[in-house]
Amino acid sequence: MFDRINKAQNLMASACKSLDRQINIMEVCGTHTVSIFRNGIRSMLPKDLRLLSGPGCPVCVTDQGYIDVVLQLADHDDCIITTYGDMIRVPGKTGSLETRQSKANVKVVLSSEDALQLAKDNPDKTIIFIAVGFETTAPATAVAVKEAAAESIENFCILSGHKLVVPAMRALLGGKNHNIDAFLCPGHVSAIIGSGAFTRIVDEFKRPCVVAGFEPLQIIEGLAEICRQLSAGKAELKSLYDAVVTEQGNTVAQKIIADCFEPMDGYWRGLGKIEESTLELKKQFFRFDAFKRFNITEVPGEELGGCRCGEVLCGLIEPPECGLFGKKCTPQKPVGPCMVSSEGACAAWFKYGR
Amino acid sequence: MCLAIPARITELEGDRAVVDAMGNRFKAKTTLLPKAKLGDLVLVHAGFAISTVDEEEAKKTWQLISEINEFMDTPNKVSG
Repeated sequence: MFDRINKAQNLMASACKSLDRQINIMEVCGTHTVSIFRNGIRSMLPKDLRLLSGPGCPVCVTDQGYIDVVLQLADHDDCIITTYGDMIRVPGKTGSLETRQSKANVKVVLSSEDALQLAKDNPDKTIIFIAVGFETTAPATAVAVKEAAAESIENFCILSGHKLVVPAMRALLGGKNHNIDAFLCPGHVSAIIGSGAFTRIVDEFKRPCVVAGFEPLQIIEGLAEICRQLSAGKAELKSLYDAVVTEQGNTVAQKIIADCFEPMDGYWRGLGKIEESTLELKKQFFRFDAFKRFNITEVPGEELGGCRCGEVLCGLIEPPECGLFGKKCTPQKPVGPCMVSSEGACAAWFKYGR
Repeated sequence: MCLAIPARITELEGDRAVVDAMGNRFKAKTTLLPKAKLGDLVLVHAGFAISTVDEEEAKKTWQLISEINEFMDTPNKVSG
C-alpha cells in the first residue's frame, strides 16, 4: 500500500512541477470530503494541489427557498412532515424544524418507504416527504410515489428537492469565475447514473473526470490520475471504482426515475438557477406533489445573515474565510447547511481543518 | 454525500429484504436491483439496494462508516 501511495505522490508532485501553477481539483461528494479530512489526505498532497469541496452534499445545495417552503408546510397541523435526519437542523427564516414550534408533527425517517408506511398508518393525516438528495435517493422516492399511486394512498405526497449532479458540474464550468481543473466524481451517485454520465463534462469542457470510491488509497490514486492527465494535457473519463460502478449505471433505477420525474430548471444554493437540474413529478403523479397540493411555489431564497455556504459550495472560498465560521456558526449551533450536515465542508473543516 | 451501506441479504421475499450490516439488521428493498438474491452483498442507500458489491469493498466501506460515525457523533446520517 505504501508503494502505491508513494507512486501517487510522485505523480502528483511531478505534475505540479511540470505545470508550474496551482492545480484545483473539485470533489463533488460530501463523503469524499469527509474521507479526505478524516484520513489526512490534504497533508499528503503537494502544496500546489488544492482540493475544493463542491456541491456534493444534498442538504447543503438545497436552496434556502426550499427550506422556507418546508417550514411553511410545517405550520399545517393536519400534516406529518417526514424527513432525512440532517434536514431538521437547517435553519430557515423562522428557525429550523428542530428548534421552532411546528404545528405539524415532524418525524425523521431513513427511507421514503417509512414515510409511505406512516401514510398508511395515519389515514387522517397528510404525510409530506421532504424528498432531497441526488440520483441516489431519487429512485427511492420514485418507488414510494409509484406505490402510493398503485395502492391509492392519497394522503401521501412529496416535496421534491431532488437534484442532478451533472447539470451542476456543467453550470460551475460554464460560470465565469471558476478555477476548476478537474473533478473527482462521486462514487455512489455514479453507481446509479453510471460513469458514462460524465462523458459530457470531459467532451464539452475538456476537464478530467475520475470516479473514485471512498477509501483513502483510491482517493489518492484518483487525484494522481487527474494530475497525470493534466500534465499530459489530456482530459479523460476514468473510473477506479469498478467494484461498484459500471459505465451504464443502474438502468432499473434510471428508468424508475424517468417514469416518475422530469428534469426541470431549479434553484441551488450558491449556484442559482440551473437548467434541467431538479426533478419534478410527472403530470400523472401531480396529486402526490406537495407543491401542487398546497399551491406553493419555490422562490429563490436568501442566505441567512452573513452565511457564505453558497461560495463554499462553488469552491470560491474555503470555510474559514467565512466570518461566521467557528464563531457564530458551529456544528452545535449551525447557521448554514454546510455546518449542519455530517457531509458538509464547513463541518469537516471545523472538525479537522483548523 | 451519498454514502451507501454494504449489507448482506439474509431474508428475501419478493423485493422485500432483511439485510445485515456490521451485525445490524434492517429492512431494505431490492426493487432497484431485481437480480439480487439471498446471501448477496449489496450497497443499501435510503432503504434500497442500489448495487452489488464484493466482500473486500464491503469491508473497506464498513471501516469508513465506523470512522465517519465516530467523526460525527450524531444519529441519522442517511441523507441524499
